[in-house]
Amino acid sequence: MQRISIDPITRLEGHGKIEIFLDDEGNFANSYFQIPELRGFERFCVGRQVEEVPILTNRICGVCPEAHHMAGAKAVDAVYHVDPPRTGKMLRELLYSAFYCTDHTTHFYALAGPDFIMGPTAPVAERNILGVIHKVGLEIGGKVLQMRKYGHTVVEMIGGRKVHPCTSIPGGLTKGITEEQRVEIENMGRWAIEFAQFSLQAFNDIVLGNKEYVDLILGDIYTHHTYYIGTVDENNKVNFYDGKVSVVDPEGKRLGKYAANEYMDWIAEHVEPWTYLKFPYLKKVGWKGFVDGKDSGVYMATPLSRLNAADGMATPLAQAEYEKFYSTLGGKPVHQRLAIHWARLIELLYAAERWVELATDPEITSDNFRTIPTETPTEGVGIVEAPRGTLTHHYWTDERGITTKVNLIVGTTNNYAPIQMSTKKAAQNLIKKGGEVSEGILNMVEMAFRAYDPCFGCATHSLPGQMPLEIIIKDANGETVNILKQNC
Amino acid sequence: MSGNGKPKFAMYWAASCGGCEIAVLNIHEKILDVDANFEVVFWPVAMDAKYKDVEAMEDGSILLTLFNGAIRNDENEHIAKLLRKKSKLLVAFGSCANEGCMPALANLSNIQEIVDTAFSTPSTDNPQNIRPNTKFSVPEGELHIPTLYPVVRTLDQVVPVDYYMPGCPPESHQIAAVIDLVIQVLQGKAELPPAGSVIGVGNSTVCDECTRKRNEKKIKKFERIQHIMIDPELCILEQGVLCSGPATRSGCSALCPKAGSPCIGCYGPAEGAEDYGSRLMTAVASVVDSNDPAEIEKIFEGIPDPAGQFYRFNLAGSLLRFSKPAWKG
Ligand code: SF4
Ligand code: SF4
Ligand code: SF4
Repeated sequence: MQRISIDPITRLEGHGKIEIFLDDEGNFANSYFQIPELRGFERFCVGRQVEEVPILTNRICGVCPEAHHMAGAKAVDAVYHVDPPRTGKMLRELLYSAFYCTDHTTHFYALAGPDFIMGPTAPVAERNILGVIHKVGLEIGGKVLQMRKYGHTVVEMIGGRKVHPCTSIPGGLTKGITEEQRVEIENMGRWAIEFAQFSLQAFNDIVLGNKEYVDLILGDIYTHHTYYIGTVDENNKVNFYDGKVSVVDPEGKRLGKYAANEYMDWIAEHVEPWTYLKFPYLKKVGWKGFVDGKDSGVYMATPLSRLNAADGMATPLAQAEYEKFYSTLGGKPVHQRLAIHWARLIELLYAAERWVELATDPEITSDNFRTIPTETPTEGVGIVEAPRGTLTHHYWTDERGITTKVNLIVGTTNNYAPIQMSTKKAAQNLIKKGGEVSEGILNMVEMAFRAYDPCFGCATHSLPGQMPLEIIIKDANGETVNILKQNC
Repeated sequence: MSGNGKPKFAMYWAASCGGCEIAVLNIHEKILDVDANFEVVFWPVAMDAKYKDVEAMEDGSILLTLFNGAIRNDENEHIAKLLRKKSKLLVAFGSCANEGCMPALANLSNIQEIVDTAFSTPSTDNPQNIRPNTKFSVPEGELHIPTLYPVVRTLDQVVPVDYYMPGCPPESHQIAAVIDLVIQVLQGKAELPPAGSVIGVGNSTVCDECTRKRNEKKIKKFERIQHIMIDPELCILEQGVLCSGPATRSGCSALCPKAGSPCIGCYGPAEGAEDYGSRLMTAVASVVDSNDPAEIEKIFEGIPDPAGQFYRFNLAGSLLRFSKPAWKG
């Protein structure tokens, strides 16, 4: 038995690790994607004042604290049985839309884009954001930075801080926005729409115009037939902030929709002893292991999942792109994991359009952004769509509003089983004989999980966007027989 | 990010959320200054180097390492020691490295409880009560994951630290200023602050930066923020909502109170405060408007979670550090 260790996977928080085993003939035997970290938020958020939990849980992730703050805010609304006024909800969603634009932009340009813009087989040294900037020009590089800056500006205006926003409390927010701020937000949003259109055009020219890439996207190596989930509004259109979670099967048939407080009827988490992260699956279908198909409860929650689980986009420009997406890729649902990148850009456009819609709503500057709760707190669930998947926060409190129990199912966690499966499939397809493992496999394994934009760390916000990998091949005695490196 | 004999720079995350890295990336074009003046030799979020590359470096060959995240497991500790050995200047960067931050609230429970909770939540399907194993045999061989420690520790509880830069995360303008300073030092235009200094901060309290109006007002009752409409001009503490401004070091320009939300203390203890929580308790006690012990007790019932409210960010770095159950493992 040979072992191939990919460790550490930097830009996945430096704390991820893949172990690949080969049998004595050098054929692929199995692989394990391990998460070596546990901080224990579900325990130490107990005993706290519940209104603080959306601030405490921000510290789960500095890449998408906005998502934790929003899921937490909705959970504390529910705990206090209070429905924030329309302006309060719109302000939260406005912050959230701006955050989405920043987050999706960074992932596309810094992490995923290099594979397409430079090409999957381009020299390693060029296949990163700096390479992208050289190829597309400084002007566009500047636009990417500008988009990130605008997104953070709105987050700070509404959320109080750029990282770890602090203004959402049970019943609404601690502050509203002025007309002056609104104008600024609207202008930045209009710029964001143009930026999103530009990004889709770039994807169209560079990726869809190239048959090799289209073949890569449609190829079997990155395809899995799983269930998909994503939040939709009452018209079954994609929504990031509110609605019901729609679940579709591998044929695209809707299994049902669940409200936040029904999540436990639908989702359960499987435990494996070799990792600190759990594997969520669809309870109604059951855990059958790391396998594809209708009988397996494995589901995915990503931009592609949201598109698959919805009937369309709620804004006109994004809807047109949505239609083009499915007509190009052969109808719904799309199972090819690399198509997540395209879906992400369609969501970027939707988020920018929604940003402007909200910023131009006459009620957005109203002072009625908060309702003071009057009921006794009990228990509540909050769900939002984090960029990397459905995020569920569930808090229980005593009658003083002190937490007695906390349950969290975090964005990327949803995709842990699919990521394990995708990395395994890539390795399985590419490693036939141990001695023949080539440098090319490294980027292919990389692409298998990069599509998910996994947030075991700040992968999306890296500067030079190439994942460094090192594969150490050891023989049965633990002696190193070969080391393959990329970007090390 | 090439060599050319430039001084070497590293940044690393231990048990952390990644917000500190985002804050550094948010210095935008200043990042280019880092690139121009340093050879970035290790920074998992932004460039590509491995532990073994660090191991191969000469001791003391990295000029500046920004270390964020707390020490939660044996891997964190190992890398902290490695980077200490290789670095001339090691900066505890961000609240987690300085004081443990919120993840150190775990120090109120024992480690078994932390793990048991995570693997038996209501949505977890775990009939055999499986727990992650640091060593686990699969049919193909043995898998390893790091060992969790019973208590979360700060960086300086594990290795000596040269400078402290608090904040959760530190504000980007201050990160930029610190980087500027180091570049000036390199050019011989400035001198390093004395070892052990807290950098990238002000030297007063958040209250001093806060624009809200303060009177000598006293309070009869603590309020929870969801129950009152916060007056946008008046000191939040005077309105009865616990605000950590009086005990917290300045430097953020009082961001949270400006946004209508109390300071929660992310910049850590104000200058000279040995223990953050006791400093804050003293400040809070001084606004309580009563001399009657029974009434005082009643007023303090309005602070139902003193551990969380006074030691939210800094339990690991405080005089308390951990509870007895945590220490017992
Ligand atoms: S200090 Fe704050 S921002 Fe930095 S790693 Fe810790 S929790 Fe994240
Ligand atoms: S206690 Fe809070 S609100 Fe009052 S002055 Fe200090 S920082 Fe400002
Ligand atoms: S006001 Fe307090 S909690 Fe907010 S950023 Fe400043 S120091 Fe941190």
